[in-house]
Amino acid sequence: MASKRLGKQTVMLQNPPRITSTASIVGPKEGKGPLRLFFDNIIEDEMWGEKSWEKAESKLIRETFSKVLQKGNKTSQEIDYVISGDLLNQCIAANFGLRESDVPFFGVYGACSTIAESMSIGAMLVDGGFADNVVCITSSHFCSAEKQFRFPLELGTQRPPSAQWTVTGSGGVLISNDGSGPYITHITTGKIVDMGIKDANNMGAAMAPAAVDTIVTHFKDTGFTPESYDLILTGDLGAIGREICVELTREQGFNIENIYNDCGLMIYDREKQDTHAGGSGCGCAATVFAGFVYKKLMDGTLKNVLFVATGALLSPVSTQQGESIPSIAHAISITTSPER
Amino acid sequence: MDNTIMTYISAFIVGGVICAVGQILIDKTKLTSARILVLFVSAGAVLTALGVYQKLVDIGGAGATIPLTGFGYNLVTGTFKEVDKLGILGAFTGGVRAAAAGIAAAIFFGYLMSVAFTPKAKR
Repeated sequence: MASKRLGKQTVMLQNPPRITSTASIVGPKEGKGPLRLFFDNIIEDEMWGEKSWEKAESKLIRETFSKVLQKGNKTSQEIDYVISGDLLNQCIAANFGLRESDVPFFGVYGACSTIAESMSIGAMLVDGGFADNVVCITSSHFCSAEKQFRFPLELGTQRPPSAQWTVTGSGGVLISNDGSGPYITHITTGKIVDMGIKDANNMGAAMAPAAVDTIVTHFKDTGFTPESYDLILTGDLGAIGREICVELTREQGFNIENIYNDCGLMIYDREKQDTHAGGSGCGCAATVFAGFVYKKLMDGTLKNVLFVATGALLSPVSTQQGESIPSIAHAISITTSPER
Repeated sequence: MDNTIMTYISAFIVGGVICAVGQILIDKTKLTSARILVLFVSAGAVLTALGVYQKLVDIGGAGATIPLTGFGYNLVTGTFKEVDKLGILGAFTGGVRAAAAGIAAAIFFGYLMSVAFTPKAKR
């Protein structure tokens, strides 16, 4: 068995890489939410001076990339890989946003779990000695995502209460083998889980079992318990998925209720901002982690975090053909002291 | 005078009930808006063919003809008229002929609006 593997789905990083810098840029709605003070930049309108939402989303990635480098005191020459993805067809936000970056590029897709997927790969690259510095970055954009997955905004469709609101924003992290910042110690890679839910407007319920599977497997593989963490953070299960997640985890013998939160519930004030079940999208977990969680790790408020970004692996075509929603969750164990 | 007011009120009630059915479908079912639109046109056509929708039009006037079910009503009444005039060929030409103004206006004003406005995210 490979020497760094623990149990079925987890790897333990022997030279835990550090998250040395993060950056986050969000849209106007996120900029009015409860986490507004934690973001680096709040754009004033969804177009951000571009001619289309897709171009604006590429600009989010491009600007977040340079912000991560600037905050980490690195030039693009020092970056060995950039790993990036988004929600658009063929991941064009990442492809176009990073086309001038001049850095070796891995494009990845894990729907809203993409930030954890890219950080998993990035941390393994650094731990394995294949890279000194890796940037992981994802984005989503409300307007382009509605067009991609639901209906064009021009149609003015009403949204059901279980629908989530795609975050406009981009978050990026710099993973390095030296410098300062919290460590990535364990990675639990999720399996595709499909419980047969077909409603694309209720993705929280579809994704919750995937999050539970990954969280429980993480505990079993590593021997950690909910007490090992002061925050277990899922990506975008929203209000409905949150309840399912807590309940199903309890059934498996782990009570995470007191230390559990969800990025989709944190980023908006759901009552005042009319965002129904909460936020979602590649940019949701990415901006909440890069903005809020990272700063709390740096100032010592948080010490051990299990970051579990969740993704619904559907496409508009699969929905039209009546397919259910396969889901995934990737967990990353982050700590300020790796000797725990 | 009383008659005029009653016309308004009955149009409001009939139109309101038809739209309320649409709202209930949006809230309580998983039907997408596009499907509800198609359902409404089809329902209007079927109800007209069964002779039910004409009664709603007699009571509600524009309250029944303006909602999307009225488009189905228009298609079917046009078809019936044309069939009386031209025979079976009218089944193919009547519906679109009767609805021509509506279709052309939808395209024209839709285009005009798309030129004049750009969609934005809700604040």
